[in-house]
Amino acid sequence: MAERRFDDSCAELSVRERARLASLIATDDRKKNNTFGLHCVFSLPRKKTYETLTTQIAAEQPRYPSLTPRLPSAHAFEREIFEFFGIEPVGHPDLRGLLLHEDWPRGVHPLRKDFSQGTKPERTQGEIFRFQKVEGEGVFEIPVGPVHAGIIEPGHFRFSVAGEPIINLEIRLGYVHKGIEKLAEGRDPLQAVDLAERISGDAAFAHSLAFSQAVEQVALVPPPPRAQSLRVIFAELERLYNHLGDIAGIATDVGFSFGAAQMLLLRERVLQSNQRLVGHRLLRGVNIPGGIRREPQGGALQGLNDFLSWLELEYVCVERLYRDTDSLMDRVEGAGILARQVAEDLGGVGPSVRASGVDEDLRRDHPYGLYNELKFAVPVLDEGDVAARMLVKMAEFKQSLALIRQVLATLPDGPCSIPVKIIPGSGMGWAESSRGEILHWLRIDSDGRIERLKVKSPSFSNWPLLPWAVKDNIVPDFPLINKSFNLSYSGNDR
Amino acid sequence: MFSLLKRNLQTGRVTIPVEAGVEAEYELVGTRLKETIARLLGGRSLHIREVDAGSCNGCELEITALSNPVYDVERFGVHFVASPRHADVLLVTGPVTRQMQAALLKTYEATPEPRFVIASGDCAIDCGVYAGSCAVSGRVEDFIPVDVKIHGCPPAPLALLRGLLATVERLPLEICHTTRHEKTP
Repeated sequence: MAERRFDDSCAELSVRERARLASLIATDDRKKNNTFGLHCVFSLPRKKTYETLTTQIAAEQPRYPSLTPRLPSAHAFEREIFEFFGIEPVGHPDLRGLLLHEDWPRGVHPLRKDFSQGTKPERTQGEIFRFQKVEGEGVFEIPVGPVHAGIIEPGHFRFSVAGEPIINLEIRLGYVHKGIEKLAEGRDPLQAVDLAERISGDAAFAHSLAFSQAVEQVALVPPPPRAQSLRVIFAELERLYNHLGDIAGIATDVGFSFGAAQMLLLRERVLQSNQRLVGHRLLRGVNIPGGIRREPQGGALQGLNDFLSWLELEYVCVERLYRDTDSLMDRVEGAGILARQVAEDLGGVGPSVRASGVDEDLRRDHPYGLYNELKFAVPVLDEGDVAARMLVKMAEFKQSLALIRQVLATLPDGPCSIPVKIIPGSGMGWAESSRGEILHWLRIDSDGRIERLKVKSPSFSNWPLLPWAVKDNIVPDFPLINKSFNLSYSGNDR
Repeated sequence: MFSLLKRNLQTGRVTIPVEAGVEAEYELVGTRLKETIARLLGGRSLHIREVDAGSCNGCELEITALSNPVYDVERFGVHFVASPRHADVLLVTGPVTRQMQAALLKTYEATPEPRFVIASGDCAIDCGVYAGSCAVSGRVEDFIPVDVKIHGCPPAPLALLRGLLATVERLPLEICHTTRHEKTP
């Protein structure tokens, strides 16, 4: 039988199962069998599984038929693999640099095994990055960034406008690329959790959770029940403080500072509660493969119950304030509409696409840890505008409160972690962070060290959605629309 | 809205002190900061421009928290500005990534003299967990002169405030005796 082409198999699976491309991972296997590996991970929500298709690419002049023409969601993944491994997706429409900028020498691929750790290539005079050009009478370009006016992360936005309306937005990132995947290679997986916590600061717990679960899958060690319960509590607390911040940001960007201050006050209280629980406001140093390394002390968990009751009472009042404030709701309704088709085609994840009618949540569709045993709803709206994204987060906030209460009511006693013996193999861990799907794909070598760690952050999936959502909106609405997605630059760039 | 206003009246002032401990200390440090700024800068605020040179965004989260109703750092005379051209102080976070190095230098050059630099967070001080990465150029002080360092991963609001106090106590006299419009870009 003739071997089927990899792109055919991927495209067929995506149509047959309505599968979403979750991650595309390259591995350098030249030492083993003189090939590069390409692993395409699909989410099959109806079957509640992930399915991985794998192909091998000969090491001499590595190339393969691009998946992007039929799977647009592969676009950024293939550009990244072209840069970091030098594997060419033949037929890809756009192979400009993605995360490495023009002064990175061409032909130097940092994730190849013969690029040794810590090498700092000389800067070269590279080809200038060419932004998409919109031409016509009265069309102007507005360059913004990388250093922005607010206290936020760096990235470059290039708007093409005719008057106020945005004709095209191109986003260039990579400024905060820190080589985290390369840095993880050769490390002891039990040590690398510190790195996972620093992929995106405000998703420290979700990233450490996905990473720990990947290690646990390789080592075949399920964490003890108490750790499973505590992980749900911390993961939902992280969602609480992030959603409060996101909702506040929308109020800030329409000039509704009274509303923003109220939300930010609640968010600060959650951060303080985190500090009381585990001694860190952002829940760092808590997860470890095998369980939880920092357990809440003494009466802290009892205090959490009282705190949640207080938080809910306060929150309900503030949410009503938002819904009753016409000047806010008028601005957000109809702004920055993301069409469901775009969200699905580009493989978007999390609350940003649940507000566009895409009904997927890993906690329900790929249940991990304790979520299978818990009752919660997945709020979905169809409008796809800034208002819908805000309202979905508001609804999720209440679900998270209920989830924490359920777990607190049945919190088992016992140990918080068990020792993990690292064995060679590969595995995958995932978590639904406040922004959506985090996927850590891990391979451990025969010395028990990390051979390859591929991190797919929700922001990597969702940045390509933003230009579609801002199209035809006016420039002054851009900050508002951007905030309603609230994507992480560091999570994208890694 | 009225129900919330009523609640707010019942709650009273949330801006600290609310509980003892960390928050009371924050108030104490803040008061000293306010007095020092008033004494040295003669009635104007200290202007800070934040620059993320490659952080994971944890530092930004805590710096933003300084402006929430609990900490409300503006009441002490600390103002975050939108442009380096308006700044006395650059507050730099993150290891300097290869791809932010040029932007950091340009931001520094765009800040009028006399200028002051704070390296905030463990990464800014010694690259933190990212040390040795091929994509990280180095520490902040490898590229621009650093005057004050604030440790922490990320530094919590109290640590940031202590760092700001250390900053104003060391401000060069030229900044103190220069009014905004006298500064030359």
